[in-house]
Parts: sequence; structure tokens; C-alpha cells
Amino acid sequence: MFAATLRGPAVDWFAISPILVLLGGALLLLVADALTPPWPKHSFALFTAATATAAGVLSVLQWQRVDEGGARTLIGDALVLDRPALWIAITICVAVLVCALITDDYLRREGIDGPELYALYLLAALGGVVMSAANDLIVLFLGLEILSIALYVMAASHRKRAESQEGGIKYFVLGGFSSAFFLYGIALIYGGAGSTNFGKIRVGLSPTLGSDRTNDALVLAGIALLLVGLAFKVAAVPFHFWTPDVYQGAPTPVTAFMASAGKAAAFGAMLRVLMEALPNWSDDYQPAVWGIAMLTLVVGSVMAVVQTNVKRMLAFSSVSHAGFILIGVEAAAHRPGAPMSGDGVSSVLMYLVIYAVLVIGTFAVVTAVGRTGDAATDLSGFRGLARNKPLLALAMTVLLLAQAGVPLTGGFIAKFGVISAAVDVHSYAIAITAMLSAVIAAFVYLRIMVSMWITDAEAGDDTRESVRVPALLWVTISSAVAFTLVVGMFPGWLVSLTP
Amino acid sequence: MIEFPILTLLVVVPAVGALLVAVISKRHPDLVKVTALGASVLTGALALWVLFAFDKSDSGFQFASRHAWIKPWGISWHLGIDGISLFLVVLTGVLFPLVIVGIDPHRDHKRYLSWMLLLEAGVMGSFISLDLFLFFVFFEIVLVPMYFLIGGWGYEGRVYAATKFFLFTMVGSAFMLVGIVATAILAKADNGQVTFDLIKIAENAEFAAGTGRWLFFAFAIAFAVKVPLFPLHTWLPDAHTQAPTGGSVILAAVLLKMGTYGLLRFGVYLFPEAALWARPLFFTLATVGIIWGAIAATMQSDLKRVVAYSSVAHLGFIVLGTFALTTTAVTGGVMQNINHGLSTGALFILVGMIYERRHTREIAQLNGLQQVAPVFAAAFMVVMLSSIGVPGLNGFVGEFMVLVGSFATARWWVTIAAAGVILAALYLLWAYQRVFHGEPDEANSGFAELNWKEASLLLPMIGLIVFTGVYPKPMLDRIEPSVKAFIAHVEERSNYHEPAPAEPVLVELEGEG
Repeated sequence: MFAATLRGPAVDWFAISPILVLLGGALLLLVADALTPPWPKHSFALFTAATATAAGVLSVLQWQRVDEGGARTLIGDALVLDRPALWIAITICVAVLVCALITDDYLRREGIDGPELYALYLLAALGGVVMSAANDLIVLFLGLEILSIALYVMAASHRKRAESQEGGIKYFVLGGFSSAFFLYGIALIYGGAGSTNFGKIRVGLSPTLGSDRTNDALVLAGIALLLVGLAFKVAAVPFHFWTPDVYQGAPTPVTAFMASAGKAAAFGAMLRVLMEALPNWSDDYQPAVWGIAMLTLVVGSVMAVVQTNVKRMLAFSSVSHAGFILIGVEAAAHRPGAPMSGDGVSSVLMYLVIYAVLVIGTFAVVTAVGRTGDAATDLSGFRGLARNKPLLALAMTVLLLAQAGVPLTGGFIAKFGVISAAVDVHSYAIAITAMLSAVIAAFVYLRIMVSMWITDAEAGDDTRESVRVPALLWVTISSAVAFTLVVGMFPGWLVSLTP
Repeated sequence: MIEFPILTLLVVVPAVGALLVAVISKRHPDLVKVTALGASVLTGALALWVLFAFDKSDSGFQFASRHAWIKPWGISWHLGIDGISLFLVVLTGVLFPLVIVGIDPHRDHKRYLSWMLLLEAGVMGSFISLDLFLFFVFFEIVLVPMYFLIGGWGYEGRVYAATKFFLFTMVGSAFMLVGIVATAILAKADNGQVTFDLIKIAENAEFAAGTGRWLFFAFAIAFAVKVPLFPLHTWLPDAHTQAPTGGSVILAAVLLKMGTYGLLRFGVYLFPEAALWARPLFFTLATVGIIWGAIAATMQSDLKRVVAYSSVAHLGFIVLGTFALTTTAVTGGVMQNINHGLSTGALFILVGMIYERRHTREIAQLNGLQQVAPVFAAAFMVVMLSSIGVPGLNGFVGEFMVLVGSFATARWWVTIAAAGVILAALYLLWAYQRVFHGEPDEANSGFAELNWKEASLLLPMIGLIVFTGVYPKPMLDRIEPSVKAFIAHVEERSNYHEPAPAEPVLVELEGEG
């Protein structure tokens, strides 16, 4: 009898296979490790990398299906399968793959090896993929929480360092707040539109159909709260206060993961909410996005200048990068056309993948230079790196120049993309502010370079623990550098590939 | 006939050289040097080949090479050369091998040479790009090797100077990048598609007066920082003084020219109407720069700073000539780019030699050098006179043409700027007098005479200084047609009409040779 009334929606198993693979990998890792004798060295990392690769390859296969059959929704309108969602899923899978490789030696160096962190990477990735493919506010919230809770634990996962615990707690408390804001926003939007489904919200809150905007205040408050929640996740000013402490406190590979996959997922979700659920309200939220983007650009780069710890510098620089990505979002808000399309959206997507590789590469170098206990992440820890490890210093230099947006690196292409999108919609003020704030940020990167290449050695430098770069870390760093340079010199293929 | 990609090679050869030098092991220092020298000499030879194969009757872009680069964005690898850029390319090609072989950085040769070659690739690229995006890439990439050259091999205040240099230039570029994107996007309507091609935009795009002015300023700020134009010049004395000798020579001789060249090739060429409108401002800034640079140079106690400030003054003349927009003045400005490169480059080499011997650049600590090193003093004298602009040497030709040519369109400014020529004589002669005349004290009496290696570095430069001074015709013949075409373009795209040129003066001048 129940069978007749309770009919589950049709499930396209192949379409959700990346999510299933990530989930399966995480569970297997936890269960199998508990039940089997100790695994050989590298095996956790390689297993995680393989899982992420599998999920990534499955997403690439979906890409072809979307190419042939167009975008579609899955599991009763809960998820959507389109190119932007797949693009971000692939970005996240790449981030997991690369972060797992950095983490491997890090955990053994710190003496906290185990499968937990890897399982959390996979779970967080799962949350991120769900977020960016969500077609319903509740589903989006589920993804957001899966990602966030995993990130709280990951940030605090270095049991031997108080800073790590402090960062984790701080992130957890503030993140809880922002989730509450987001949830309240969902409730208000539901009140206005009568549904949490993106398609129904779009129709329900459309000015020509149904609503005559009598629920304006309700919906506007809802939009504002949703924006707060999302701005917290992408670390936009003034919701960025957790960033420096958490980035500094978290184990460096986890920081890399937060800055790459975390940001990609959050921006994916932001685009979904703004472009797909609320395109009819773009006139209302576009000024807010403009303001947040301006603040984020300026505050991020100015605050980075006054830091002395490289992880904190990079934390604020990631805030500034979020500002750049917001420029693309702002440009997209000027022209809300077909869902998830246009120059603005594609510039954001391209920025996300380039920045993900870039920032993981940078933090990979920081992982090596930080030495045991992440103790030497101050600027002084980089002193004399060019003498002792010239190749590592060179790699870091390329990555920093890319972060500064110097031509012939991927960073320049990413910036060029968002700036073009902004200029195309005549947002000149924001474009110029962005480029000027890039100059301020460049000062920060120059300081790190000066420390590596120019500053003279000081007494006691020779007694420091030497910087070790294990093979897997080398693989990561050199592929990040290679990707950055290739995209910088021959960006055509990436530009045409971006949805 | 398959076209030989000679311009592409001008960029690729030094870039590959830089890469090779970077990967060769430190254990083979000689191989490193030979590779660097080989790459720079080959580039120089290619540049000379371009000079000889250059068709002086053709006023357009020659040796053009065009390939799609980033298709979806309408960006192409578009290179070409005309009379305006020809001699800058030749100067770059000739100067780099001289600097690489003649000036010793004292340490870490491998990295130094690698950065030098990368710098050469960037400079070459900016002088021959005909695509806005491509130009920006080269214009900006030049910062990186120069930053490391100043920071790594400079003197006591090198970190500050290098950082200041990098950030100042980047601020200018920030505006230019937005300007470039906006230009391409706004020109889309006239071009039919987004393209960053300089010639297409210049020929087809119609900007509203207000828009054109904004865009012009976005470009002009970047170039004004690079030139540097008063009051954006403050990075220059620091960068020049702190840079190693090789870096100062390259900085003065070719890097600053990216600014004056950019103003002409991109600023005025793309936005003639806006440039005409902004003329009084640029005349004023150039004139203030000429006088200010001269006065500031007089006040310096550091010999290298004297030369650095003299650059500010000299480049003021070039900007004045550029905006005067008469054939004579612009040709003079283009020539003065080369002249200043030769004479100031040589001055920096000489000051570097003094530092090598005495480990000071303070004028107060130097005296009586003429008695102990007469040949050295003579070389210094010739180079200094060319910088002052004494007739018979190259500096005179360019400055004179600028002043005469500008008289028709910028009369009052020229009247003031002409005083700069006299001031140049004042500060340089005074510095010369203090350093070279009188009796040498104990510290200076051991000052070594010019040796053969140093002489062979200076000789080609002095030779060119004298040659262009007495016989500028071969240069003028190649520059002038392109300048005429350039002015015609400005006239066609705005309501400007060039006043009748001062013919008799030109005839007299050419009669000199």
C-alpha cells in the first residue's frame, strides 16, 4: 500500500556517480582502516588521490553527456547537471587529488598519520560537489553543512598544536552563525516564493508572474541573509574575520584545501543562488555585490601588507582573490540571462580553477618551508631559501608572480578574464580598484620574494631544521607551476573549454 | 618564398638563451657566459639584418608576422617594425651584447645573465608588438627581470629601489590594462568583433570625444610613469642609483624608451583627438620635467644621481617633441630616444667604472682624475658633451630638431625648454670640473687608466655618438617616412593640420654631413 503512495523519484545513477564515488571512498577509508592491519606508507594518500581521480573522470564523462543532451535536473529536481556544476566538481576533484599528495608527507612529518583527514577531504569534496550542483536551497544547505563540518574538523585536526584547535573552534563558532543566517534566509525566501526549488523560486518571485512583489521586504531580507551566509564561506569582507586565524592555525595542506576547493564550492553555490534562483532580483543584489567586492579587494590587499606571517599574508591575499572573483559575479549580475551563462559566470569559473591550482602550489611550498609543526611560516622562515633550495624558491617565485597577476602566468589570464567581464558591463570603477589593489597585493608577494632571494643570512640560520621536499610534494609543486605557465602562455584551450 | 620569422626570432632567441643559461650547471661558468653572449650577439645580428633589409621607402610596418594566439579573445601574435621602432630595436640589439660582455656583475653570473637575456626578450617584444594585449604582456614582464637585477646585484638601498620601481610601474599598468580591455571592447562595434589588433583599432574605431580622452589617460599614465614624466619620476633616481651598472645602462638606454615609444605608438596613434586635447598638459609636464630634472641634477652629490636626473630632463624633450606633432619634432624625438640611449648609457658605464676603482660615487670624494687618467677623462668628456647636446655629436641633432619642430605648435613651452639645454651644460660641466680637474688627492692619485677591455666597450658607443652627430641622414631617411605617415594618420582622425615645416633648417642640418 505504501509502495503505491511513496514512489521515490527516478534516479540517474550514472549522473550522480561522482558523488557516490566520493562517499564510497570516504566510508571505505574509515571502515577498512579500522578493520585491517596498518596500511603501507603512502597508501592513504594514493587511495584518496585515486578516488578523487575516479570522481573527476566520471565528471568528465558527464560533460560529454551534457554536450550531447543539454543540461538536466536529477532526482526530482534536487540536483542539476550542467557544465558549471561539472566544472566546479572537476575543480574540487583536482584540488582533493593534489591536496592528498601534499598531505601524505606532512602527516608523517608531524607524527599524526591516519586515514581521518583523507576521509574528511573526500567528504568535504562531496559537500562541495552537491553545493555547486544544487537545484534546491535545502539541498544546497545540506552540501554546505557537509563541507563546513568537515572543514571545522580538518582545521582543528593537528592535535599537537594549540593554534590548530583555536582556529578550528573559531571557525566552528563563526561558521555556525553564518549557517544560521543562511538557514534563516532560506526560510524567508520560502515564505516569499512558497518553494525552495530554484526553478519555482524563479517563477514564484518573477515580477510578471504571480507575485507583484508584495513580499518585497521579506524576499529582500531573505536575499541579504543568503548573501551573508555565502559571503562568509567565500571569505568576503566584512565576513572574513575568521580567515587569517583559521588559515594560519589549520595544518597547511588543509589551508590549501580550504582556499581552493572550499572557495570553488562556495562560489559555485553563490552563482547558483544568484543567477538561477534570483535572476529577477539582480537589480537589488547587484549593488550589494558591488560593495562587497570593492571592500573585499581593498581590505584584503591592504591587510595583507601589515602581516609578518606568510600564512596570514596568503590568507588575506585569498580574501583579495575572492574580491576578484566577486567582480565576475558582479558582472554576471548585470546581465542575468539564461541560467549560469555569460561572460561573468565563465570568468568566475575560469578564475576558480586557475586559482585553485595556484594556491595549492603556493601552500605546498609553505608546507615544505614551514618545517615540523608549521613552526617556520614567518617571513624569516623563507630567508635564504634561494641559496639552499633554489628550485623551490624559483617555483615559489613563479607562483607568487602568478598570484600578483604578472603576464605569462595563469594568474594574469584569470584576472584578465574578470576584468574583461567587468569592463564589458561598464563597471570601470571596480576594474580599476581591482587592478590597483593588485598592486598593493604585489607588494606582499615581493616581500616574500625579497626574503627568499635577497635578504642576507642571519646568525643561527644554519642551525635551523633544513627544508625537506619529498617526492610527492615535488610532483605537486612542479605540476602546479607547469599548469600555471602553460595556461599563462597558451590560455586559448582553457578559455574555449570554460562554460 | 617562405617568410622568415625574423621579428619572432628577435624575441625567441634571447628567451631561449635565458632558459639555456638557467639550466646549464653552475660548474661550467665559461659555458654559461658563452651561451649568454652567443644568444645576445645572435639577437644583435638579427637586429642589424633588419636594419639593412629595411625598406626606407615604405612608411608602413615591415617584416610583419601575424598568428592567432588566444582566438576566443581576439588576441594575436602580431609583430611589425617601422621607422619609429627600427632604431630602438637596433639599439637594444647592439647594447645588450656590449653590456653582457663588458660589464661584470661580480657574483652569481649565471642568474644575472639569465635575467639579462629575459629582459632583452621583453624589451624587444614591446618594441615590435602590434597587438595591445601582446604589448602589455611584454611591457609588464620586463618588470620581473629588472626587479631581480636591481634587487640582486644592486647597491645598499637596492631592496627599496627595486620594490619602488616594481610598484610604481605596476600602478601605471593597472590603468593601462583596464584601458586596453575597454578600448578593445568599445571598438567591437566598429571592428565587427573583439580584437586587440593595434592597426585595426586605430583604423576603424570611432570613440566619442569623452570616451577617447578617458582611454587616452588610462594609457598615458602607464607611459608617463615609465618615461618618467614629472611628477611621476621619483622612482627613477632610486632605481638608477641602486641598480648595478649593467642594469642602469639598460634601464636608461632602452627601458625608459618603452614609455616614450608607447606614448607615440599607442597613446597618440590610437587617440589622436584626445592627445591633441591633452597637449598643453603634456607640454607643461615635459617642460617642468626638463627644468626640474636639470635643477635637481645640479644639486646631487652622487655622480650617478646626476646622470639619473639628467635622464628626467632629456626625456622631457622627447615628450615635448612627441606632442608637438610636427614631422621635424616627432622625428627629432624618435632620434633623441636613440641618442639619449647611447650617451646616457655610456655615462652610466663610465660612472660604473669610477665606482669599480674608487668604491664611491660621491662627487666630493673624487678629484683631479684628468691628471692620472687622461684617456678616461677624454672619453668621459666626449660622452658628456654629447649628452649636453654640443653640435657635431648626436645629442645636438635630436634636441635641436625637437626645439625647432616644436616652435610652431608649442612656442612658449619651447622658449622655456630651451633653457634646459643650457642647464644641462651647467650641471654636467660642473660635475666634470669637480671630478676631473684640479690636483688629485692621495685616494685619487692611484686611479687606473682606461684599459683595453673597457675601451673596447666604449669605442663602439662613442663611434655611434660621433657618427650620428655628423651624419644623421641614414637615420633620418628611415625615421621620417614613418613619422610622416603617423602625422597623416593624426590629421585624418582629428581636425589637426600640421603647420608648414621649417624646411630651411632641415636642409642646413643635412648639409652638415
